[in-house]
Amino acid sequence: MSVPSGYEAVIGLEIHVQLSTQTKMFCGCALSFGDQPNVHTCPVCLAHPGTLPVVNERAVRYALQIALALGCEVAPRSIFHRKNYFYPDSPKGYQISQYDIPLAANGSLAGVRIHRVHLEEDAAKMVHLGESGRIHGSAASLVDFNRGGTPLVEIVTEPDLHDPGEARQWAQLLRTTVEQLGVSDVNMEEGSLRCDANVSIRPPGAEELGTKTELKNMNSFRFLERGIAAELERQASVLEAGGEVAQETFHFDPRTGSLTPLRSKEYAHDYRYLPEPDLVPLAPTEQMLREAREALPELPDQRRRRYEAEFGVPEVTARQLAFDAELGTYFEGALEAGDGVEPSVIANWVTGDLAAARRHFGADGREVAPAHLVAVARMVVEKRITHASGREVLDALVDPGSSIGDPEEVVESRQLAAVSDSSELEAIVERAIEAEPAAAEKVRSGNPKAIGPIVGAVMRETKGRADGGEVTRLIREKLGAA
Amino acid sequence: MILTAVCRSARCTYDQGVIDRDQVLHVARLARLALTDEEIERMSGELPAILEHVERMNELDLDGVEPTSHVVALENVLRADEPRPSWERDRILDGAPDPSGGAFRVPSPQA
Amino acid sequence: MTDVLELTAAQAARQIEAGELGADEYLDAYAEAAAGEELNAYLWREDPNGGRGGGRDRPADAPLGGVPVAVKDLFCTEDVPTTAGSRILEGYRPPYTATAVRKLTDAGALVLGKTNLDEFGMGSSNENSGYGPVLNPWDRRRVPGGSSGGSAAAVAARLAPCAIGTDTGGSVRQPASLCGIVGLKPTYGAISRQGMIAFASSLDQCGTLTRDVADAALLLRAMEGRDRCDSTSVGIEGGVELPSREDLEGLRFGVPRELSADAEGLEAGVSAAFERALGLIRELGGEVDECELPHAAHGLSAYYVLAPAEASANLARYDGVRFGLRADGDADLLNMYERTRDAGFGAEVKRRIMLGTYALSSGYYEAYYGRAQRVRTRIVEDFAGAFGRFDYLVTPTSPTVAFELGARTDSPLAMYLSDYCTVPMSLAGIPTISIPAGLAEPDGGGPELPVGLQIAAPAFAESRLLDAAHAIEGAIGFDATPGLGGG
Ligand SMILES: [Mg+2]
Ligand SMILES: [Zn+2]
Repeated sequence: MSVPSGYEAVIGLEIHVQLSTQTKMFCGCALSFGDQPNVHTCPVCLAHPGTLPVVNERAVRYALQIALALGCEVAPRSIFHRKNYFYPDSPKGYQISQYDIPLAANGSLAGVRIHRVHLEEDAAKMVHLGESGRIHGSAASLVDFNRGGTPLVEIVTEPDLHDPGEARQWAQLLRTTVEQLGVSDVNMEEGSLRCDANVSIRPPGAEELGTKTELKNMNSFRFLERGIAAELERQASVLEAGGEVAQETFHFDPRTGSLTPLRSKEYAHDYRYLPEPDLVPLAPTEQMLREAREALPELPDQRRRRYEAEFGVPEVTARQLAFDAELGTYFEGALEAGDGVEPSVIANWVTGDLAAARRHFGADGREVAPAHLVAVARMVVEKRITHASGREVLDALVDPGSSIGDPEEVVESRQLAAVSDSSELEAIVERAIEAEPAAAEKVRSGNPKAIGPIVGAVMRETKGRADGGEVTRLIREKLGAA
Repeated sequence: MILTAVCRSARCTYDQGVIDRDQVLHVARLARLALTDEEIERMSGELPAILEHVERMNELDLDGVEPTSHVVALENVLRADEPRPSWERDRILDGAPDPSGGAFRVPSPQA
Repeated sequence: MTDVLELTAAQAARQIEAGELGADEYLDAYAEAAAGEELNAYLWREDPNGGRGGGRDRPADAPLGGVPVAVKDLFCTEDVPTTAGSRILEGYRPPYTATAVRKLTDAGALVLGKTNLDEFGMGSSNENSGYGPVLNPWDRRRVPGGSSGGSAAAVAARLAPCAIGTDTGGSVRQPASLCGIVGLKPTYGAISRQGMIAFASSLDQCGTLTRDVADAALLLRAMEGRDRCDSTSVGIEGGVELPSREDLEGLRFGVPRELSADAEGLEAGVSAAFERALGLIRELGGEVDECELPHAAHGLSAYYVLAPAEASANLARYDGVRFGLRADGDADLLNMYERTRDAGFGAEVKRRIMLGTYALSSGYYEAYYGRAQRVRTRIVEDFAGAFGRFDYLVTPTSPTVAFELGARTDSPLAMYLSDYCTVPMSLAGIPTISIPAGLAEPDGGGPELPVGLQIAAPAFAESRLLDAAHAIEGAIGFDATPGLGGG
């Protein structure tokens, strides 16, 4: 999935992160997921008359951590605003958010500039009833205020992304970054991480941005990529047909993979912002900033750079390890157990064959202890087994149908030890040359590529336990083609 | 009927105080108020009159004056993140116009 | 035997504590009076037969032990109907009690009833109540002022010893003035707004309506304080002293021309009563001098942008979803919203919502809201400048005495001018009190009616303000009571 040819894509992301605080943004109700409707509500989050919001201290702390992790400048004094709109999910008739002075701005993450980071509150959840819920002949909706008032951090990027895949990768990096901070569950399917995209296209080299459209509701990284790609295609075809892209908002439908325009509400965009008179400014003190800074762990992008610099891990591999928190932690565990084995070799095993085995066996697959992975890698490095055998050992360790948990035992029981006795190997090679006379003749007469069938014969006989390089060397030596 | 209030200030550079019937309707829609014809008629007269009075502010030179949204000199009023018991749902739903299955029922916005 | 209804709250509390007056007897006297009232001052009353009973056992060490208080129906009271004077909240029973009310009952007071008001506090005559107007006890053909008109009328007419109200642009001071009682608006932030139904949040402040200045101090003392539920509350540092001062030696009083001699629509009788009060201040040793508040004349303009703008957001929650009124019938969501709000809100509330929505709507924000905020800055600076030279500022509270019912209902602007002298102090958030300054005839003749003297002090100088007001109150010696005449 890429950019339609003849155009440049300009993509910006708007991410909402639900903070994993104990309580809501402005009241003491506990956060919840999947509880009975309206059991986590109070007069404040139901906007009863006379109630007032009070800011959750931990939400501010978490938001500061996110802002600092994204390299933002924290505003010395930010204020809350009321964003007015009528909808049943908005009990006050306005959302308390930040507007002209957000908590933080001007950051960047892996080359993508962060426009702003601000705090706000989540809306309630609505369930639209079908026929069964009809009242007076029209359909109805049920409102559940459990989620209403959950603290949110909104992160807005500059339009610095240029390809759907890049957008997906970057969003994943952002997710890992926030995950490392421990301030959110960052689960897209459950909605604790929500990602909207602003998308436009323009002829390459054009200065002016094209008209952008807004994509919402892409509840997985895969859908984010697919949604953007589909929208780029659509915009390109509109332009190809001589039309103009209209400013619209689309909902991504994960079932069909298609984009549906939201009915443009005539009055939807006059939010009549005003400063929230019920709250006072946030002016993070030196101490608040210091504490937020000290709470920052090593972040994925820092980690990637360390893997490259310290361990000589190639960039692509380093990115894979660092941007996937689980994989990175595993890698670091393996390094600890890996005395003597090159970190870059371990990195390759983690991101390559182990990942492949895990993919193959899926969710049922067994965990491989980092020490066991290192043991396999070491056997290969020391040529006690071939790389192919190493792969087989890993498969056996992951295979839920196998009961062997130790790499040495797998090698033993499956007789995977490499054929290391050179007189034994020489004998096998000689038999293979005899068995493939035509190929042997071609090699002798100067065609090195014809060696394949002979190598194949050796491998068949050794069941893959022979070192490929050594086999090739021996065959050439015997045929005088070295 | 189009009512035009005159902008009294020489410094005034924008078009103020002009509220016609369509604008009254637009604002009423923003505010979610269904107004009767009579109310619309009355508002179309009253609002410009009030705004004309309000626009006396335009006589003042306010360049460089900071806006005041609050007279309280407080910052960082924060609450500890400690859960407090939520309210009994029945009690909360008791006074609701249309409670249903533990939730608040509303006409569908999609209707 | 003295009539218990003539006692001030402080006097009654003392007598109850000394065992000279029974708390039950005292409450019953008021419950009975309130039950028989003919001013439409109450929207809900305590059962005169002691139906609720709670709180009758006087708690030990309770400065307001046994004192009944009338509460403006803009304060939430748990399980007691709370309407904000609006049909949209008819039948609403809040699940909690406002901090200010709770602090009063913690101090031993009893909620005597909920008083009538202009809907959501929007009005200066109490004619904007969804439950009918309140009548002025001095002349029932006239308004009591607003929006705390029910509280003011109740205290003036001996239907309550004391009351609380809310003041956004003058809603405690102006009705106190028109009813001949004491109305105190403390510094913004002195008393928690939690549970006080919002009109314009950056201006709303709980205030007191009492027979004298000492009672105002007593109630303020019980209610002030920082509340963790209200981020903008601070309380009054050092608390509140009960007033005792008898003279004004060495104190400087500024008289802003803009809000006195030059005030729009100032009546001759009001002006004369004000001049007499200035003479008394001088006699008590106070220095009186003219002062300037150059932007005060623009206070109303700024106020009638800022307050409606905040109100338009504050009143968005009345949408027929979670509580209160919902218009019946077949409706889609938009329709339900519009019809509910049309049916539930009165004309003035709609007018202000429209005004505020317009002022905030795209393209107009800077021209109206932005400018109004800057005018507010100027007014704050004006007061700061004046308090560099003066300890207090004095003006008439209202340019006029109580006007006749219906006299201003056709002209919103004429009605808004009632708050001309009180709005600037609200914008600055400073403590201001209105005390009776005598009686005067309205322009064009009519019965003699109360005139109010407004005294303002710097933020959080409540104790000093009450002291001066107490001294002036003594010198004025206002002892007229409403004859409950007219209509
Ligand atoms: Mg947002
Ligand atoms: Zn809550």
